[in-house]
Amino acid sequence: MKGFILSFRSEFYKTRKTAAFWSAIILPLIICLLLFAGFLSHSDKLAKQPGAALWFQFSWAILSVMGSLLLPMLIVFIAYSVNNIEHKAETWKTLFTLPISKFSVYSAKYIYALFLVILCLALFLLFTLGFGNLLAVVKPNLKFNEYHMESFLAQIYLKLLLSSLGILSIQFLLSLLFRDFLKPMGIGFAATIVGVILAGTGWQYAYLYPYSHAMLTVKSMHTAKGGNDQVMPQLAVDLLTKDIWVSLAVSAGVFIIGYFIILKKSVK
Amino acid sequence: MVIDTQGLSFNFGSQSVVNALSLQVPEGSIYGFLGPNGAGKTTTIKLLLNLLKKDRGSIHIFGKELNSNRIAILSQIGSLIEQPAIYSHLTGKENLMNRALLLQVAETRVDEILELVQLKNAANKKAGKYSLGMKQRLGIGLALLSDPKLLILDEPTNGLDPNGIIEIRELLIRLVSRHQKTVFVSSHLLGEIERMATHVGIIDHGELLFQGSIADLQSISQPQIHIEVENTVDTANFLVKHGFTVNEINEDHITVPFASKTQMAEINALLIRNNYPVFSIHKTQKDLEKLFLDITQKA
Repeated sequence: MKGFILSFRSEFYKTRKTAAFWSAIILPLIICLLLFAGFLSHSDKLAKQPGAALWFQFSWAILSVMGSLLLPMLIVFIAYSVNNIEHKAETWKTLFTLPISKFSVYSAKYIYALFLVILCLALFLLFTLGFGNLLAVVKPNLKFNEYHMESFLAQIYLKLLLSSLGILSIQFLLSLLFRDFLKPMGIGFAATIVGVILAGTGWQYAYLYPYSHAMLTVKSMHTAKGGNDQVMPQLAVDLLTKDIWVSLAVSAGVFIIGYFIILKKSVK
Repeated sequence: MVIDTQGLSFNFGSQSVVNALSLQVPEGSIYGFLGPNGAGKTTTIKLLLNLLKKDRGSIHIFGKELNSNRIAILSQIGSLIEQPAIYSHLTGKENLMNRALLLQVAETRVDEILELVQLKNAANKKAGKYSLGMKQRLGIGLALLSDPKLLILDEPTNGLDPNGIIEIRELLIRLVSRHQKTVFVSSHLLGEIERMATHVGIIDHGELLFQGSIADLQSISQPQIHIEVENTVDTANFLVKHGFTVNEINEDHITVPFASKTQMAEINALLIRNNYPVFSIHKTQKDLEKLFLDITQKA
């Protein structure tokens, strides 16, 4: 456990000045800020809408991109970055000659990548709520204060996080094994496109394919939201759907396989 | 023995990279691990650090079996393998701080090391901007950070200027003589090893060709008589006709195996009597460089 904590702290120390770390913070900030500016400049048109519709539009604008491409690509990038730092510096050999177990080194790296994903999603949630409420203050004619969906958003972001675990494990392993950028990135990108198409077309077995999970999660929100913005639907997130179970299972399975690969693998 | 391997073998696919290697590194020695590039030095070092899995044989370090005592053994080893592994986006000091964090070493030790490897002035410069020599020194600093009992250094003087080489050499000698460390250092440069090693192992094509103390190595080197003459070819022919062996014919001198001082005087007299002017004649020890070549070429 000590080795794990030391390794985790070292991961933070190493990456705290890198694009991987800051992108997890800057990305949510910029996207939410742009959205905030958009709503502000169109406030006259939007003032007619009820609070619920405003919140939906505000959060949906982010979530729709997030589910289709943003979240999978962010995961591809984070998984690549935390491993590439060692490939680039040729430091695998030093990591594995530390008096720390290989499992601690490996799991700390994985959990650190997971931490960055959590950080990013948490900031998306926080900034969505923060900027929404800020709009209510800055433009009181926008009825953002009439409606609250904190709990729903928190649940949907939690579900997004769970839905991303499968891809995270796969991309983490790919980035660990391949030192070049193109392989994990190319595979991740292609797999994500396929995932979006599968989930988008509503293929019945899409829930078995990890790269479809984020999209399925966002789609489930759309169903929960209902087609008509004027009607107040009862919002509920079914957290542990079968796609989430698949995501969790893939995540655990690939993580364990990855560890055995690390054990057997020669360190170059 | 600090390092003791028996019949250590490693194959890369069907190619044997290290073959039945039996290394004995005594405590308090500077063990020079010598061999041409591609001889299997780095592979051996990676086997000693458990980075590669041996195919056959055994490895004991500090008297303990490596696989089953991996962490206990690694906690007492500092290593530098091939090019130093340095995060180029971090400064020199941050590189050391990161390792200190992992090894639970105090920050004051980081400053000591910076001083020791003379990077104090460049401590806050990005390591990516370091010269090759500075990187190498930082790599050695990283290896020394935990004050390990055994240092395993793979070509540590690579890329260093003559001053840097002397500094590293003196540092290693000091570590062994004053702080009772053991140093295992690989090199393809014999001159370098000759100047600091107490023990030598010579490897080529994955096989150990020689192992022993520096004195052992020198004693198997046969002394030579170095004769400087005007016409080396004629002189050599003349000596051969009179039953002597000529080892080497160079532009300005020939060498003959040394047997005794009397024989050396005989050769001298013989040459002068027959009008072969001798400019100089003296006994030489075959230098290690040549010996190294002989040993590696014989295999």
